[in-house]
Amino acid sequence: MPQFPASVPLSWYLLLSAVLFSLGVAGFLFRKNIITVFMSIELMLNAVNLSFIAFSYQFKQVDGQIFSFFVMVVAAAEAAVGLGIILTVYKNRSTLEIDEIDSMKN
Amino acid sequence: MDATLFLLFAFIAVASAISLVVQTHPISSALSLVGVMVSLAVLYLLLGAEFLAMAQIIVYAGAIMVLFIFVIMLLNAGAERKSAKSPMVKWFGIPLFAVFIGILSYVIQGMLPKTAGVSFGSFTGGAAQEVGRSLFTQYLLPFEVTSVLILIAIIGAIVLARKEI
Repeated sequence: MPQFPASVPLSWYLLLSAVLFSLGVAGFLFRKNIITVFMSIELMLNAVNLSFIAFSYQFKQVDGQIFSFFVMVVAAAEAAVGLGIILTVYKNRSTLEIDEIDSMKN
Repeated sequence: MDATLFLLFAFIAVASAISLVVQTHPISSALSLVGVMVSLAVLYLLLGAEFLAMAQIIVYAGAIMVLFIFVIMLLNAGAERKSAKSPMVKWFGIPLFAVFIGILSYVIQGMLPKTAGVSFGSFTGGAAQEVGRSLFTQYLLPFEVTSVLILIAIIGAIVLARKEI
């Protein structure tokens, strides 16, 4: 395998992960559409995966990648159930705006 | 070469993530999320995680995003309405975010020990062979528990999709 000369500091990967996670938090807080909020959660999970894999590289062990694999599995299960919930909410209330889904408020 | 590839795909990932947060139509957000996932898969390859890079593309960018786009199409979700933002948000939001990222990068730089950088090919333990061996020996119990989790998710999705809820 050819070795490329220039290398990237590990902190750049961690910083990219942090930036993506912050953007996910921003989307989660500011958006109104329930599907977009859900996609922001997926973005946060992806950012955490990048951190896990960067540390897996740093320690030269495969365990971080296994954690990342489990995060992926949980995200798939979460997507199935979450989208089922979104479908049910839309069926009952015919809206996707999270501001209008406030039946537990009073 | 490594630095060029990293910077290119990190830029694509951040630009797509910003586009995800800024776009008002959910289908544009979903396509931006696909961009984030594919560029992250390339970064996984650079870090030596070949198996996870492929899993990322097949599971995330393939299966999960198809599910999302399917639901968006099914519900015919349109653009969300504009909300009245306070002037504080308008003027201080982006500068404060930049300050936050600056502090974060300072902390991350200070925390890490000075080690050799990431270069492609110096860690090759991420192939399917190593991941599979670790998954079926050391992490066998969590792996089996995830199958139960997926079973519960399937049952939950079926229950949620019934008519009378």
